[in-house]
Amino acid sequence: MSNIPDELSYTKEHEWVAGLDESVTVTVGITAYAAEALGDVVYVQLPEAGSTVEAGDSVGEVESTKSVSEIYAPLGGEVVEVNQAVVDDPSLVNNDPYGEGWMFRVRVEGDPEDLLSAEEYKALTSGES
Amino acid sequence: MSRPTPLRDVHESLGAKLTDFAGWLMPLRYGSESAEHNAVREAAGLFDLSHMGEIFVTGPQAAEALDYALVGHLSALAVGRARYTMIVNERGGVLDDLIVYRLGDEEFMVVANASNYEMVARELTGRAEAYDAVVDDRSEQYALIAVQGPRAQEILATLTDAELTGLKYYAGLPGLVDGRQALIARTGYTGEDGFELFVAVQDAVPLWHALTAAGKPFGLIPAGLSSRDTLRLEAGMPLYGNELNAGLTPFDAGLGRVVKFDKPGDFVGRAALEAVKDVPPRRRLAGLVARGRRVPRHGHPVTKDGAVVGEVTSGAPSQTLGKPIAMAYVDTGAGEGLTVDIRGSQEPVDLVELPFYRRNK
Repeated sequence: MSNIPDELSYTKEHEWVAGLDESVTVTVGITAYAAEALGDVVYVQLPEAGSTVEAGDSVGEVESTKSVSEIYAPLGGEVVEVNQAVVDDPSLVNNDPYGEGWMFRVRVEGDPEDLLSAEEYKALTSGES
Repeated sequence: MSRPTPLRDVHESLGAKLTDFAGWLMPLRYGSESAEHNAVREAAGLFDLSHMGEIFVTGPQAAEALDYALVGHLSALAVGRARYTMIVNERGGVLDDLIVYRLGDEEFMVVANASNYEMVARELTGRAEAYDAVVDDRSEQYALIAVQGPRAQEILATLTDAELTGLKYYAGLPGLVDGRQALIARTGYTGEDGFELFVAVQDAVPLWHALTAAGKPFGLIPAGLSSRDTLRLEAGMPLYGNELNAGLTPFDAGLGRVVKFDKPGDFVGRAALEAVKDVPPRRRLAGLVARGRRVPRHGHPVTKDGAVVGEVTSGAPSQTLGKPIAMAYVDTGAGEGLTVDIRGSQEPVDLVELPFYRRNK
């Protein structure tokens, strides 16, 4: 069973969202479950800092040896920062998906909806694995 | 429901990520597929290839039957040697690529791909009907374990008295490995030196453990199908279903050298292949190296100035080159300025000769 930290929120597309309750700016990455399913990540494409995204938009991609998947914006707002370190060293996604492997930060506009709790995400991924 | 190999429990205990491949439940990777790839290039990797098919052709006319059934000249093969060859249909389309081992004057083992071996066994049976030869699909009786990498010979030598030093590439001999009867073949699909060990199903687990223990001091680790695919891609080796299919002749794939027109007698596909052997194909199989970091994948169009000039058959990030690589069928004459359409974006690639990687011998 992959690590699913209780304090984070999740999407059905296997992103995690941190800081939802503390701040208008949240941090987004992909879950350990997603990283494990992808295998060794070799390429990460992120949205541009300063761009505006809508919840559900495809804003980037994560490519591994065997496959590629899109990164979806978990919520709408302005992308205020992207993690250049993970672009330069995509293995951070595998090694530390909830830490150094974070991907971008969004200043949230409007009310986030449709995010999953850790409990709900656990149920989702246990059905898939 | 995917079929397990005799090593399924071993893979699970090693924490392998299992995947369906051609109807078999196979290890995709055990840990990092990049580490597995690098281990095979630098030390050794241990592969379960028990999904491959082993079809025996035996009898006084076994050699003649194979000369008729396949494009190669198998009656000219010396006992103890192996050949890369193909089975084609009447139109010359490739039904499978094969390795044929001559085990005796009247005994051959045809190794076919997992996705095809039942069809190959049926085809061989039909094609051998007029000959005094018996075709017997023994795939379920055999497990296949491969040790691949520059340290493979040293590792195997600790478990066998067989004369490995004199065993040439594409040769095979029967011998005892860890006290178990095996066909020891110096073949592989990684671009490295290595061995493939055909053993009885019940010997697979103990042999795997023996090889794991013997290989540990040499840096051997178990390696899954993901690394096998990137290793063969770097080595420029075709994969049936990607670079080869029934719509292509061996000549289309740049592998016309496997077709032996000068062998005696007719063979299935001869007329069709003779008609095309001197016709320059519209496209040829080539290597592509991406300039960027996005990876060309199977099915992506190869483009040039907005026009489609080819199609990617296999692609992956190359550990050895540090760049994405691909094999593709590309229009002959399309040289410079190629791009691959990766999800709508035209990514620049350079055309190169295959293989991408060649080991130092």
